[in-house]
Formats: sequence, structure tokens, C-alpha cells
Amino acid sequence: MQPNQTVRVTYLALLAFVLVAPFIGVYPVLVMKLLCFALFACAFNLLLGFTGLLSFGHAAFFGFSAYVTGYFIKSQGWPTELAVAAGVVVAAFIGLVFGLVAIRRQGIYFAMITLALAQMVFFICLQAPFTGGEDGLQGVPRGKLLGFIPLDSDMVMYYVMVAIFVGCFLGITRIVTSPYGQVLKMIRENEPRAISLGYEVDRYKLLAFVLSAALAGLAGSLKTLVMGFATLSDVHWSMSGEVILMSLLGGVGTFLGPVIGAGIVVALQDTLADKVGEWVTVIIGAIFVVCVLAFRKGVVGELHAWMERRRARA
Amino acid sequence: MKLKTLVAAMAIGLGTVSAFAQSNSGPVRIGFITDMSSVYADIDGPAGGEMVKWAVQDFGGKVLGRPVEVLTADHQNKADVASSKAREWMDKDNLAMLVGGTNSGTALAMSKVASEKKRAFLVIGAGSARLTNEDCSPYTVHYAYDTVSLAKVAGKALIQAGNKTWYFLTADYAFGASLEGDATNVVKANGGTVVGSVKHPLNASDFSSFLLQAQGSKAQILAMANAGGDFTNAMKAAKEFGVTKTMKVAGLLVFINDVHSLGLSNTEGLQLADSWYWNQDDASRKFAKRFFEKYKRMPSSLQAADYSVTMNYLKAVQAAGTTESDRVLTALKGMKIDDFYNKGQIRADGRMIHDMYLFQVKGQKESTTPWDYYKMVTKVPGEQAFTTPAESKCAAAKK
Amino acid sequence: MEIFGIPLQAFLGQLVLGLVNGAFYAMLSLGLAVIFGLLDIVNFAHGALYMLGAFAAWILLDKFEVNFWFALILAPLIVGALGVVIERAFLKRLYGLDPLYGLLLTFGIALILEGVFRYMYGSSGQSYPVPELLGGATNLGFMVLPNYRAFVVVASLVVCLGTWFLIERTRLGAYLRAGTENAKLVQAFGVNVPVMVMLTYGAGAALAAMAGVLAAPIIQVSPLMGSNLIIVVFAVVVIGGMGSILGSVITGLGLGVIEGLTRVFYPEASNVVVFVVMVIVLIIRPAGLFGKEA
Repeated sequence: MQPNQTVRVTYLALLAFVLVAPFIGVYPVLVMKLLCFALFACAFNLLLGFTGLLSFGHAAFFGFSAYVTGYFIKSQGWPTELAVAAGVVVAAFIGLVFGLVAIRRQGIYFAMITLALAQMVFFICLQAPFTGGEDGLQGVPRGKLLGFIPLDSDMVMYYVMVAIFVGCFLGITRIVTSPYGQVLKMIRENEPRAISLGYEVDRYKLLAFVLSAALAGLAGSLKTLVMGFATLSDVHWSMSGEVILMSLLGGVGTFLGPVIGAGIVVALQDTLADKVGEWVTVIIGAIFVVCVLAFRKGVVGELHAWMERRRARA
Repeated sequence: MKLKTLVAAMAIGLGTVSAFAQSNSGPVRIGFITDMSSVYADIDGPAGGEMVKWAVQDFGGKVLGRPVEVLTADHQNKADVASSKAREWMDKDNLAMLVGGTNSGTALAMSKVASEKKRAFLVIGAGSARLTNEDCSPYTVHYAYDTVSLAKVAGKALIQAGNKTWYFLTADYAFGASLEGDATNVVKANGGTVVGSVKHPLNASDFSSFLLQAQGSKAQILAMANAGGDFTNAMKAAKEFGVTKTMKVAGLLVFINDVHSLGLSNTEGLQLADSWYWNQDDASRKFAKRFFEKYKRMPSSLQAADYSVTMNYLKAVQAAGTTESDRVLTALKGMKIDDFYNKGQIRADGRMIHDMYLFQVKGQKESTTPWDYYKMVTKVPGEQAFTTPAESKCAAAKK
Repeated sequence: MEIFGIPLQAFLGQLVLGLVNGAFYAMLSLGLAVIFGLLDIVNFAHGALYMLGAFAAWILLDKFEVNFWFALILAPLIVGALGVVIERAFLKRLYGLDPLYGLLLTFGIALILEGVFRYMYGSSGQSYPVPELLGGATNLGFMVLPNYRAFVVVASLVVCLGTWFLIERTRLGAYLRAGTENAKLVQAFGVNVPVMVMLTYGAGAALAAMAGVLAAPIIQVSPLMGSNLIIVVFAVVVIGGMGSILGSVITGLGLGVIEGLTRVFYPEASNVVVFVVMVIVLIIRPAGLFGKEA
């Protein structure tokens, strides 16, 4: 089969599976949680895989947006879609601020600045009364989408989630394959050259950062809807670490990679929770180590490479 | 209009597909979700889960002719893991009852799930009094301790003993703040004064600076409104800087594992409130001995409470003749509970009313056997220790 | 007499405590700076190595009755050896790649080490007594300072200055610095670069462990003690300038003082003030206070 066809078939198969999953016994809330994190990982990957910027503070966008959405629905009684939109806008704004401060630096300095800024967001969330501190923002109702689609039922929420996720996923692929995306790729591979060609590199990077932040924010808002609460672990730096793991595991710079990576990590945390609770961190640590040593391209990346080798041999 | 109706109809249709009713056959499943691997793993953790299993075994392993199964999970101090596990068990495994472990944030999340799915949720490890106040629910029972009782017991007893001036060292998070808040109310209501307070960030690496400020206040009591690692590090530093020589230290949330890890030399004279101590009577010692044989350490009050609540739940199921939560909870709240852990009754708002104690840590010379750490200073009857119906923010308490 | 609203006595007391903590930060960030400055590895396992050092001291006392003074030498040696093993087994394979991978690998190793120790020892922590020679406290007039804390300051400064001297002023240090800039050339001169690199990582680990031993009598020895500190230590190194050893020592001390003062005026923020400082510094001086721009 042609590579494009293989890819298309894979996507369709996955979509089909996701659509029928609740009817074949897969627990819908778990899949929804997975989709939220998959979206988060895809948003992160937009920045790392396609722009080459490692952010260590993405939890700030994810978590703060989760709080914002929860707050507007629960305490202000806003309609669901407006609350989600508010979360996304706030996340994008925070992304703008972070980006303006961090963009000029490279590599590890960039990562450290994003970490420092995210810690400040964490501190704000810890102190601000509306977040509920350690107890978190609890009991957020799902409300009605667009005023008439009741989201309380898990099944309805599920299909809405799938629709949103597919939409965003396609959106990301569009962005990456567009001319703008090509410039990002060039910046990632050879920044000095991009500058010499006259591109305003910082503008491109900033836009990528804001987009990534906005999508991460959307993931956070949706997570609040699905789970009904937002807590401090959403803005903690270990959440930033988790999303890096998901992208690395799945394959940085691929489309499906972060989705697979998110799937593996969420599934691991969930299934391991009741079996080997004490060992979850050790296992995650071991996965990090193994991935970095042997599996650097991640699941999807290695799969691509393997398929390339097969085609080359044929 | 037509589109809206269509969508609404689809929604209802899909909604009914997912309606999972409680079933009255098959095994009776009890779930236990707590922190198994992080800061609270010693005071509750996997040993707590084992206590739930022991209660089931001692009850006979079956109730109403159905076998009883215990499921356990580690929420890793994440509310979303706790809540999704609870939800999953209730949806897929027909969970009859959930025992809640440490960490108030997770307990609040699980409480919402339990009331949505109409299953009994019996909270042991978490301390937030919100569970029986602002966030009360007919399905949530708060069994062991809460921040109000800790504050009232420590506060009142210490003030009545003449310690009128207080200084708070508080962990800067919701739990610490509510501990400090509840204790301040008690202090003031009993004629004491709060001379000052300082908030330290969670997991602070060094307490010397805060303790210096506390020392400068010259208050009689240094109240530690923090827990776990923060408490143990602060206590150690308090000894190091000689604060314990000039002020009496009251720990507002201290478990026997904390005292053990600090050692008596660091904790001698510490005042703390708790619901149970392994060495308080013969029945407790018997339970503790069994625990010690397996774990080589003494049980905390939470682990004892895990056993007690499970045993009493099974008795309530037997009495009600069904596992349906509404009827079981009515039976449970109607029972006069009397076991080695506690004696008392569960109130309509879900709060278990039992006696609480103020303990003092013994000195090294007074302690005769391993883990012989506490002596009882006073016993506070349940009605005085917990939120009174008048003070309660839960409608059910007022009935 | 009052300064900024608090009595002079209290102010001085906080300043002294800040310096004590600062010396500690300096020592901890020293190992990290050495590893990054010379090897270009972002060692996220540093917190776990620090924890191992503390645990090694505790185990040496508990099981082998080895006292604090011997532990101060033995524990770093043990952990240093472990560091060498880590370098040989894992890190060696990542040279030449994006430093990101070194960061992720060491992050993974930290998770493993912490998880294993948490399984073995629980999370409540163990108590480690202050060595008798250093017990008691001295009255400085404006405050009573435990002698052990004073010792920590002295020990840290000695170690920091010693390390700085070794790297900047001796031939061994020169080889090391040259080796990281141009390994092949230095190797051509007959210096065994891979062995040097291995020993350097080991030395960095040993420094972290020594900080752990020094910390053991002050705070509970718990598997989580490293993860609470690691990002602060990173911030110190970044502010100081990632290649500069002097930078991290001075920043460590400075941060201790700033944190100490924050604890008086706005205590809740004392955990986050380091990040605020980091952002400010990096905006003004992108490579850190003493760093060299790449």
C-alpha cells in the first residue's frame, strides 16, 4: 500500500474504533479522559515536534484554563460553550505573556523560563480563593452545549468530545502542513538560515506558542467538563513532565504519536492504580529511561522508520 | 425546532443506554481508594486496604449469602484518578460501598461521584469538615476525624489547662487554613488570644525562619497547623532551635507514624488530638498486636477506623437485608456503634459522633515498650468535639 | 530599633538563617553546575542523588553504626560510584544528541530511585541525629544559632571553594575544561577523556550526596526530600549561569538570603520567589548572572 493510504486507513480504523467503543464495553469516561490528554499532548507536540521548542510549563495553560472554565460554569452560571471559550482565551493570553518573555532564549534556558513562569501560575492558583486551593474546584456541572444538548449523560458527552477532538486534530494537521507550518519546520531545523532568508522568526515562534497554549487550554477546559473538577495537580510541574513523556513515548514530531503516547500513559496510570499502586512512578521512570535510550522516536516514530526500512528493502 | 428535538431525543436515548442501576445479586464489592505511594502512604495506604479486607474476613467473607470482594486503588493524590476509579467501579463493577482514604481534595471529588451514583461513601482518611458541612450528602459518612474536632479538642483542652496565648505555624493550603481557622475560633471562644501566625509554603525545605518568628511572639502554645513531612521537619527544627523549651507545641494533625519517625527525643511533650490509640485498652491492644505481627509497626487511628467502618457497614447490610445504599445508610445511621475503635452514632448529616482524645507524647524514660508513645490527657465527648447541629452548614444536621 | 517594620534583632536573625540556607543551596547547586558546565548534561537526577546521600548516611548509622563523620566521606563515595555506573550505563550513549534527552533520561532515573526508596522505606521519613560534637547552640546575642547549622555553612563554603579552585586553578581542572570543549584534541594529547567525563559525573553525584549527608540531621530523611528541592536548585544554577561554578555558589548564597527575607515579609511566597528572580534575571541577562552566552 502507498504510505498515504496506510496512514488514511489507520486513521479511519482508529476513528471507527473510537466511535463504537462505548458499545463494545470500553468505559467511556476513561476514553474521554484519554482524549483530553491526547489533545493536550498534540498541542504540546505542535510546539516541540514541529517548532522545536521544549516547554516545561505547559501545565499552566492546561490547568489554569481548567479552573477558569470550572469557575465560570459553577460560580457564574455561564453557558458551557462560553465558559470553554473563556478558558481557551485565557490560556492563549497566558501563552502570549509566557511567549513574549521566553521566545528570545534557546534550548534549556527557554525550558527553564517556561518552568519558572508556570511555577508562578501554580502559586497564583494555590493562593487565589476561586480555585479552592488543595480541595480544588469541585462539583462543576456539565450544563447544556449551545443551550439544548444536555451533556450530563456520559454518552452524549462522549460523542461531543470525539467530535471536538477530531476537529482539533484535523486543525493541527492543517496548520502543520500549511505554508506557515513549513516555515516552522524550517525554523526548527535551521534557525540561522531562516533568519538569513528574512523570516521574522520570533513572530512565527510566538504564534506557534500561543496556538499551542490555546489548544492546551481547550484540553484543560474539556477535562473540567468531563471530570467535573479542576485541582492543583492540573497546574503542577509534574503535569508538564507528564505531557513531555506522552509526546516522547508516542513520537515527537508525528501526528498520531502524542495521541498514542497519551493513551499509553493514561491507561497505565489507570490500570496500574489498582494493581501495583506503589510502583506507578517507578514504572513511568523506567519507561522514560527505556524510551530515551532505545526508543527515541517513540512508538509512532519507530513504526514509521520500520515501514521506511521495509519499503527501502522491497 | 425539529433539529433541536431530534438532538434532544438522541441525547435521551443515549442517556438511557448508559443508565447503570445497582444490582442486588452477584458479589458485594467494597472499594478502597487512598494514597498508596506518596506522603500519606504510611498512615493509611496499603495497610488500610488490608484492614478493610480483615474486617470482611472476620465478618465471614459473605453477607446476605453473597461473597464480599474488596477492590483497592492508589489515587496518587490526584482527584481525577480517584474520581474516575470510583466512577468506573460504580458503573462497571456494581460497587456497593466506597471507603475513602487520605487527601481531602480526592474525598470531595469522590463524594460528588458517590452522591451522583447513589452509593455509600464512608470517609476515613480525609479531614476536611466540608464533607459534612457545605459539601454534605446523604451518601457520605465522615467516620474518623475532621479538622473541626482536632481543633476543638486540642484548643479547648489546652486553654482550660491555662495555655491562653497561641501562635500558629500554618501550611499555606486550604487544609492548613481550615485547621488554623477552626482552632482560632475555639481559642477565642474559650478566652484565649492568638498572638500571631505565619503561613509557610507546602513542602517548605526549612522552618528555622518561621520558628524564629514564633519564638519572638512569646506565646505559650505553638500550634502546628500542618501535617506529614511539613510537621515532622518543623518539629525537628523546633527542638533544634530550643523552641520546645519556651513554648508548648501542639500538633493539630499528627499520627503515630509521625511521632515514630521523629523519635521521642524530638517529640517529648507534644500535645495532639486523635480518635484512637493502640494502647488505650485491651480490645485495641488485641487489634494492634495482630497488625504488628504483619507490619512490624503499630496501626494508626485511620487503619483502625478502616477496619471498624467496614465491619459496621457489613452489619448494617445484614440488618437492612439489602445492599441498596439508601436502606443500608438508614440502618447504619440508626445503629449504636460500639467496637474497639469507637463508640457512638452516625448523625443525619453523615458525621460519626464519637469521643476524641487529647494525648501527650511521653518522654524517653516514661516509655516502657516499643511504640509506647502517648499518655492520655483528656477525653472529649463526641457532642463537644464535633461541629454542633447549630454550627453546621448542612441542612440534614438541623433536623 | 526597627528595619522595615521588624525589630533589628529579628531581622539579623533572619539574615543569618538565610545565609545558612544559602550555603546549603550553594553546595547543592555546585554538583549540578559542575555536571552541566563540564558535561553539558542537565542532571535531573540530582535531587535523587542528594536523597541517596542522606539515606546512605542513615543506613550507615542504623545498620553499621558508622557515625556522621565517616558517613560524610563514605556516603559521597558510594553515591559517586553509583554516579559513575549511571554515566557508563546510560549517559554515555547520549553524548552528541540534544541535551533534552539527557534531561529526560535523568528525570526517569530520578523517578525510579525515588519510587524504589519509597517502596522500601515509606514516605514518613527517618530521623537522623545531630552529631554530638556539633550539638547545642550558641547565643549570638540577637538569636540562638544551633552549632550544627554554623557547621553546615563552614563545610559548604569549604567544599565550594575547594571545588572551584580545583576546576579553575589546577591542571586537572584545565584538562577537564579543555576536554569538554574539544574531546578529540585533548585525547590526542594523551588524556583519557571518557574516564575523565565519567569521574566528573561521579564527582557531581558525590557533591549532591555530601549535601544530603549534611541535610540529614536537619530534615527528615525521606525519599521525597530531593524532588521538593530539585527545581529550586535548577533555578539557582540557571540564574547563576549554567556554565559557571562561581555563579551558582554566589547565587545559592544570595537566594538563601532573599528567601529568608521573603519568609519574613511574605512567607507564603518563599517557595516561588526563586522563580520570580529567575525570570527577571533571564530577561536582563539571558545567559544568567555569570554565564557565557553560547
